[in-house]
Amino acid sequence: MHRPPDTSRRQFLGLAGGAAVLGTLPVVIVRSAEATPAMLASAIQNVTGGAAVQTGKVKLDIPPLVENGNTVPMTVSVNHPMAPEDHVRSIHVFNEKNPQPNFANFHLGPHNGRAQVSTRVRLADSQKIVAIARLSDGSFWSASVDVVVTLAACTEDVI
Amino acid sequence: MASALINVPAKAKRGDIIEIKTLMSHIMETGYRHTAAGEVVPRDIITSFTCRFNGAEIFRADLFPAISANPFITFFTTATESGKFDFEWTGDQGFSETASASITVE
Repeated sequence: MHRPPDTSRRQFLGLAGGAAVLGTLPVVIVRSAEATPAMLASAIQNVTGGAAVQTGKVKLDIPPLVENGNTVPMTVSVNHPMAPEDHVRSIHVFNEKNPQPNFANFHLGPHNGRAQVSTRVRLADSQKIVAIARLSDGSFWSASVDVVVTLAACTEDVI
Repeated sequence: MASALINVPAKAKRGDIIEIKTLMSHIMETGYRHTAAGEVVPRDIITSFTCRFNGAEIFRADLFPAISANPFITFFTTATESGKFDFEWTGDQGFSETASASITVE
């Protein structure tokens, strides 16, 4: 059975597409404050004091594709013993494109038994997340993950 | 105040590594949002979370606006003796909340 093209469906799709474009525009405009890779580097520098950061030991668990950037579960664990003479002293998490480059600093000690923390974070854009662990011997270890975000957080307007 | 949710095992064996989960009810206003009139909504976040066991600090976190509303933080500790965990959240505009939980170590 042959049917003529469904014009109302086309119109609807056209309108919906236009609305989607309009909907994304304000997000682009209000994104005035944004950390840059340079701010990320300087935030890391503040923590490490210029010491070399090696890749490894740290595991950063965060979904690679995020639908809603307002609450993204994140777990950082460090594969390192927590003995009094050799343990993880702190874990620092950074981002590249939120208004501020820091997420949080976690201060640990040998009594924690396991160097693992979880929290929920906001992501304002698709970006690289970096976790850095500071060991009691003064060395720094890191891991980074690239995350794609479809709905951004932080800078949207209050309705 | 019922604004904190704490999950600590009631009992543990000596030497066990236990997970502690905490959630504090808070808006965590970033300070980067605007009202329809164009005014910046002032920052209102929790800046610090501390956990003490029998008075000694065992875990501390510095938080930034990039932490989601109602900050959820989990961490681990080794059960060494029976006692009390004290949790404290402090933040902008004089925010300060405490909670506590007890554990029996056998």
